[in-house]
Amino acid sequence: MDIQVRVWRQSGPSDKGRMVTYDVKDISPDASFLEMLDVLNEKLILDGDDPVAFDHDCREGICGMCGMMINGVAHGPERATTTCQLHMRHFKDGDVIDVEPWRAAAFPVIKDLVVNRGAFDRIIQAGGYITAPTGTAPDAHATPVPKPDADAAFEAATCIGCGACVAACPNGSSMLFTAAKVAHLGLLPQGQPERDTRVIDMLEAQDEAGFGGCTNMGECTTVCPKGIPLTLIGRLNNDYRKALRNT
Amino acid sequence: MTAPFWTEGDPIADRAAPDGPIETRWERRKFAAKLVNPANRRKLTVIVIGTGLAGGSAAATLAEAGYRVRSYCYQDSPRRAHSIAAQGGINAAKNYRNDGDSIYRLFYDTVKGGDFRARESNVYRLAQVSVNIIDQCVAQGVPFAREYGGLLDNRSFGGTQVSRTFYARGQTGQQLLLGAYQAMERQIGLGNIEMFARHEMLELIVVDGRARGVVVRDLVTGEVSTDVADAVVLASGGYGNVFFLSTNAKGCNVTATWRAHRKGALFANPCYTQIHPTCIPESGTHQSKLTLMSESLRNDGRVWVPRRAEDCGKPAADIPEEDRDYYLERIYPSFGNLVPRDIASRAAKNVCDEGRGVGPGGLGVYLDFADAIQRLGRKAVEAKYGNLFEMYQRITGEDPYEVPMRIYPAVHYTMGGLWVDYDLQSTIPGLFVVGEANFSDHGANRLGASALMQGLADGYFVLPNTINHYLAAGPFDAVSPEDPAVVEARAQVEDRLARLLAVDGDRTVDSFHRELGHIMWEYCGMERTDEGLTKAIGLIRGLRDDFWTRVKVPGTGEQLNQNLEKAGRVADFFELAELMCIDALHRAESAGGHFRAESQTPDGEALRHDDEFSYVAAWEYGEVPTLHKEDLTFEYVHPSTRSYK
Ligand SMILES: Cc1cc2nc3c(=O)[nH]c(=O)nc-3n(C[C@H](O)[C@H](O)[C@H](O)COP(=O)(O)OP(=O)(O)OC[C@H]3O[C@@H](n4cnc5c(N)ncnc54)[C@H](O)[C@@H]3O)c2cc1C
Ligand code: SF4
Ligand code: FES
Repeated sequence: MDIQVRVWRQSGPSDKGRMVTYDVKDISPDASFLEMLDVLNEKLILDGDDPVAFDHDCREGICGMCGMMINGVAHGPERATTTCQLHMRHFKDGDVIDVEPWRAAAFPVIKDLVVNRGAFDRIIQAGGYITAPTGTAPDAHATPVPKPDADAAFEAATCIGCGACVAACPNGSSMLFTAAKVAHLGLLPQGQPERDTRVIDMLEAQDEAGFGGCTNMGECTTVCPKGIPLTLIGRLNNDYRKALRNT
Repeated sequence: MTAPFWTEGDPIADRAAPDGPIETRWERRKFAAKLVNPANRRKLTVIVIGTGLAGGSAAATLAEAGYRVRSYCYQDSPRRAHSIAAQGGINAAKNYRNDGDSIYRLFYDTVKGGDFRARESNVYRLAQVSVNIIDQCVAQGVPFAREYGGLLDNRSFGGTQVSRTFYARGQTGQQLLLGAYQAMERQIGLGNIEMFARHEMLELIVVDGRARGVVVRDLVTGEVSTDVADAVVLASGGYGNVFFLSTNAKGCNVTATWRAHRKGALFANPCYTQIHPTCIPESGTHQSKLTLMSESLRNDGRVWVPRRAEDCGKPAADIPEEDRDYYLERIYPSFGNLVPRDIASRAAKNVCDEGRGVGPGGLGVYLDFADAIQRLGRKAVEAKYGNLFEMYQRITGEDPYEVPMRIYPAVHYTMGGLWVDYDLQSTIPGLFVVGEANFSDHGANRLGASALMQGLADGYFVLPNTINHYLAAGPFDAVSPEDPAVVEARAQVEDRLARLLAVDGDRTVDSFHRELGHIMWEYCGMERTDEGLTKAIGLIRGLRDDFWTRVKVPGTGEQLNQNLEKAGRVADFFELAELMCIDALHRAESAGGHFRAESQTPDGEALRHDDEFSYVAAWEYGEVPTLHKEDLTFEYVHPSTRSYK
């Protein structure tokens, strides 16, 4: 199939940036969206142009490295799908597709479609862990964990840290990301001792990093490739209120 | 007369492993290792390259112990290392099933699975510390799958007859890595680890014979800088991407270990590559990577092809039971669909070579869940494999609940890597290597769910107990930025980057990489021959010369330049590829993932030659590489013919 892409080109943080249109011809419907960009880049290089910079690594939907706004939607039109797992069979011959980077105050653009998501790491640093230095652990069967809790913790832990939730949020809030980690650890017996400090510290780090506040718009969960549910934000708010009472 | 491909040097030996009873070797090594008192640890700095399971766990544990750690990865966050993609699970000899498992059995299975080409001491230790890994991960909050009673669930994996694999749905690597990452982030927050994401190590700095630092490039600004420390740990993963198409993440590369190899570290068994039997077949020339379908699927899926080549074009549903050949169950009745990877892969290649493959190009076999769905119900199958089925459907557009999956082997893992002793120290003092980057524990073939085990064993439990022996002699003399070794290493990097940019030819980096991959898959893949390998070496050399005269790398070095990154990696792959072929050529036997067509039994199984090849091939860098042999002796598990029949 033949398509056109309009891609955000920005040579660096100080460049203003602009949309540039390219024709991409003869793309297989079985190609992934990133493979389509590979084809475009091969052509740009041979034409003496600068190829489009974009982040990616696993191309399996698990590392969280890829991510772009495709026709205005974070990770594109398919639900529960990362950009790298989106295939061209979901587009039509002749389509014109807009491709832009995540847009959020806390995720400054580095180049073209590449942004800096270091702020996510800082939220985890603030409390997104269980303190368990190597060598101190009791036998794994010492504390049974009810299966429903273990399963729910797992579901929350599947967040890949891609940042689509932030990009989709009109406020640029990272609440879904933070809530997922708070739920993952808070659902497990091992996570209880730090439960109160964790939520307080992570929320503070989130504010400091320049993310916006959450007003329950729900755009985040719609684009989340891992289907992290909005209810986890409610859970976080409960945890937060309890934590404030306890401390 | 052409020049010989290699020469032979002196044998080498692992001098760090104690002898005596195997059960107590690790205890005795830990006891004999010198300790560093806590006050001194703060004065010692360790550089860790890589934040996967091996590097992440090592960095966190060293920092917890009080060392100062500086950690590097090429992704934008340490959480994204390639380990994140591991699906199936992690082995441990917990015997929670009470099915006869034990440390000894895991040790035995691993030595046998590796086709008797691994060191007994290392493997025994791996089995021993495996039990601590699960405890550690649970304490960190890794949400492993559990049963209704609240205890941990297990599944079984290829090459074993017990259930010892712990898992978290099909995302075990992700959950384990997040555990290590979170432990790391905690140490970053405490100021004990300094993290440099989006940085790539491009050279090792060796001063007075010791590894003392690295040259790195900041991938955002392009700035090249040097970093010196008391020791360097490489945890940079495997080199499967030399084949271009593999199940590895796109950025996986050999640069860190190859640069160390060029600086004197021996590279062991480079030809041992693992071809995974259950990957989604290639769909066209745009293909940029291959996707693995976890081996755990073979627990419940049945592998088959049509009995007759004429039936291959028909839809699977139209082929009646009696016209199907469940070839693994037929040839290997006692292991059936759970034979080790190398065997399953070659069997798939054989049936496809016979013209009985299915799907585009006839390069595929069926993995069928119809029986499992009938036996267990769709819900149970969904609970176990739901995300894998989804992934398959997303990529192929086909629904595996309705039609059998199509799978084909793909490059997946590399058993070879930098040579290390029992302390995980390379032949350069102060350079330690952990995880897939070293060659240590899997011999000629790795069992499923054992790479995660090895990465975490190395990082959490082994390295932190051996590196102290080396560091006890430190802090070493300060290294000045003007030291000739530092200046030279930096100049080497700058010069190479400049050369890559200067060629300004007419072919892209990817086009070279793809072509190199074709050569490797064809001649150094599932089946290798003397003639093919000799030809491949010639082709690789020709292509490499072409690369340095025709490659086109756009842009400059002073910016984010993804093609410049790729070009450097591919340049190193060319050199590695040649050594892989030389290693494969010299090893005129079949062992594990290395199948030499000249060395097979009458019924087509791999034939080892223990009298000639029971050694580790450790290669020294040079215009003509030099082979050093480390003899392997087996005191406990007597080498036998691997049989899974
Ligand atoms: C799809 C897939 C599924 C798998 N499933 C399983 C499984 O179920 N069970 C199992 O046991 N094993 C599995 N494996 C194998 C296993 O995942 C890997 O062997 C293991 O995770 C490797 O871990 P590592 O820490 O050694 O390296 P990696 O996780 O590869 O990490 C390498 C690190 O090094 C960094 N790095 C590399 N080069 C440089 C450089 N030059 N400069 C700076 N940083 C650098 C990277 O940024 C990264 O942080 C799977 C592998 C694949 C591909
Ligand atoms: S919550 Fe979802 S969208 Fe947000 S970072 Fe995690 S996976 Fe991405
Ligand atoms: S590239 Fe890893 S999630 Fe898309």
